[in-house]
Amino acid sequence: AGKSTVDEEVLDNLEEALVGADVGIDTTVQIIERIETRVAKDKYLNTTELNNILQQEIEAMLVDAPSANSYAFDSELPSKPYVIMVVGVNGVGKTTTIGKLAHNFKKAGKNVLLGAADTFRAAAVDQLTIWSERAGVPIVKQDMGSDPAAVAFDTVQSGVSRGSDVILIDTAGRLHNKAHLMDELSKIRRVMQKVIPDAPHEVLLVLDGSTGQNALEQAKHFTAATDVTALAITKLDGTAKGGVVLAIANQFKIPVKFIGVGEKMEDLLVFNKHEFVDSLFNLEK
Amino acid sequence: MFESLSERLDSAFKSLKGEGRITELNIAATVKEIRRALIDADVNYKIAKEFTDKVKDAVLGEKVITAISPGQLMTKIVKDELTELMGGNEVELNAKGNPAIILIAGLQGSGKTTFSGKLANYLKGKKGFSPMLVAADIYRPAAIDQLKVLGGQIGVDVYSEPENKDAVSIAQNAVKEAKTRNKNVLIIDTAGRLAVDEVMMTEVANVKNAVNPQEILFVVDSMTGQDAVNTAKAFNDRLNFSGVVLTKLDGDTRGGAALSIKYTVDKPIKFISSGEKMDTLDVFYPERMAQRILGM
Ligand SMILES: Nc1nc2c(ncn2[C@@H]2O[C@H](COP(=O)(O)OP(=O)(O)OP(=O)(O)O)[C@@H](O)[C@H]2O)c(=O)[nH]1
Ligand SMILES: Nc1nc2c(ncn2[C@@H]2O[C@H](COP(=O)(O)OP(=O)(O)OP(=O)(O)O)[C@@H](O)[C@H]2O)c(=O)[nH]1
Ligand SMILES: [K+]
Ligand SMILES: [Mg+2]
Ligand SMILES: [Mg+2]
Repeated sequence: AGKSTVDEEVLDNLEEALVGADVGIDTTVQIIERIETRVAKDKYLNTTELNNILQQEIEAMLVDAPSANSYAFDSELPSKPYVIMVVGVNGVGKTTTIGKLAHNFKKAGKNVLLGAADTFRAAAVDQLTIWSERAGVPIVKQDMGSDPAAVAFDTVQSGVSRGSDVILIDTAGRLHNKAHLMDELSKIRRVMQKVIPDAPHEVLLVLDGSTGQNALEQAKHFTAATDVTALAITKLDGTAKGGVVLAIANQFKIPVKFIGVGEKMEDLLVFNKHEFVDSLFNLEK
Repeated sequence: MFESLSERLDSAFKSLKGEGRITELNIAATVKEIRRALIDADVNYKIAKEFTDKVKDAVLGEKVITAISPGQLMTKIVKDELTELMGGNEVELNAKGNPAIILIAGLQGSGKTTFSGKLANYLKGKKGFSPMLVAADIYRPAAIDQLKVLGGQIGVDVYSEPENKDAVSIAQNAVKEAKTRNKNVLIIDTAGRLAVDEVMMTEVANVKNAVNPQEILFVVDSMTGQDAVNTAKAFNDRLNFSGVVLTKLDGDTRGGAALSIKYTVDKPIKFISSGEKMDTLDVFYPERMAQRILGM
């Protein structure tokens, strides 16, 4: 409120807010340094002005998707079928996000097909099947324990022959430090390319919004294994802020495309930089 | 990725060479490095500050360490403090009762259902225990199927009522059923919920009040960041849980959430979960966790 100076105290509070939102020390220091170079210390500046500068600096860290690979649910997709492979560590919300995406694409008039390539986690296929029923879209599946790459292959082939617009491939959760499981992902990816050479068109890495600095390692290893093209951050309906995506976007230049804000089909939002930055500081209202 | 803490402290200590005793001023860089390491490990920002202030107070006035590696020495002090903070009296799982009731709660996807299976498997292997799993998650798609698959893998009965949409009565009915089936431990798997979800928090509190569990275990993902403090506090306020379970420690997270939670609610960490298979359950070792947080 009113006038304030950008002094040590303001910067300390800013540091606390950023670190407390999981932005991480390195990125926080970067942001603070940028603010310092823009406003001479101890200069009088009102809160709105400071917030604007902050907003600009942080938004600048959040990269946009290249135009060749950006789309809205109701726009024409960059290719047909458009194959989205969904990856991430255990329990982050991959399957749920697929259910939500399926619902949104379907609602926008697209033909959607799901592929149940998590053949490992207990009842993973049943879970995705329920989502396919909720969204009203078909699913390709095999028995639990079958080869996930074979399921992905079948799905893509089926999608081509059915004339699907969007194919969503679910994969089993895996921790990024498990080399054999990461190799399996690379294989799933390669096998789909036998049907469509440039598939998958999108590799969506799902991150749990309450995850701390380990998300950076996740981004690093999943990118190495599968060329991640976009991020989805889930569970932002809680009190966690998901600030680590700032560091990820900044370091790996991967755009955030979606955020999850609940467990229902409707609880998916297209990522909005401005609102995200607002929520980091609870500026909304 | 992380430069080891003791190396970082060594360089922070370089500035101290030639000084007599440790003072507020000459220890500042070292304290900052320790704080930074803790925050990098996801220890809550405020807790990292309080903790390092405590360490600082402990070494103020000491002679400047002349050892070859003061960083090593300082790291040891920090590690010992951390270990003590996270340890305390070892508290065994209380599975006495007829049946003993263990309620499992936590955020979405933290690993509750998997842990429920592991715990049943662990107790089954111990003399005198005959566990039954209870499927009280009425929300997640295929939650019952998931628990049944796990129960099948370990040969433990699963109690479920697919048509019943009331977690409280499912839990109550399971208690009656345990008696007829001669099961002496019930493990109640509940739906994931956010601490800010009033309706869901009330539901789990109602389950607690209806069945009066011997143990309430709060299951938390070890990759959790700064929010671990809020979540642990909110669940503890509602449930007064008896212990914490840390999951997914087979990853490479430093796991600073463990410290944040212990510091905030002061409840023992009773188990660690490190894998998707049913036999990957272990008891908690405070020293190992301290080393992990510090990247040693
Ligand atoms: N509150 C909230 N819960 C979510 C959100 N997204 C997913 N969940 C919940 O998180 C839990 C895990 O979601 P899943 O979709 O099964 O996660 P997953 O990544 O597929 O898990 P694995 O396949 O086991 O690795 C479920 O209880 C979901 O309902 C979200 O945006 N908000
Ligand atoms: N690597 C690893 N994966 C784990 C561990 N514990 C659980 N998981 C996996 O994490 C994911 C989520 O586990 P669940 O047991 O379904 O979690 P939950 O808390 O019951 O999830 P909701 O019921 O949806 O809230 C699954 O893919 C599990 O296989 C663990 O210790 N290590
Ligand atoms: K939030
Ligand atoms: Mg899944
Ligand atoms: Mg569960």
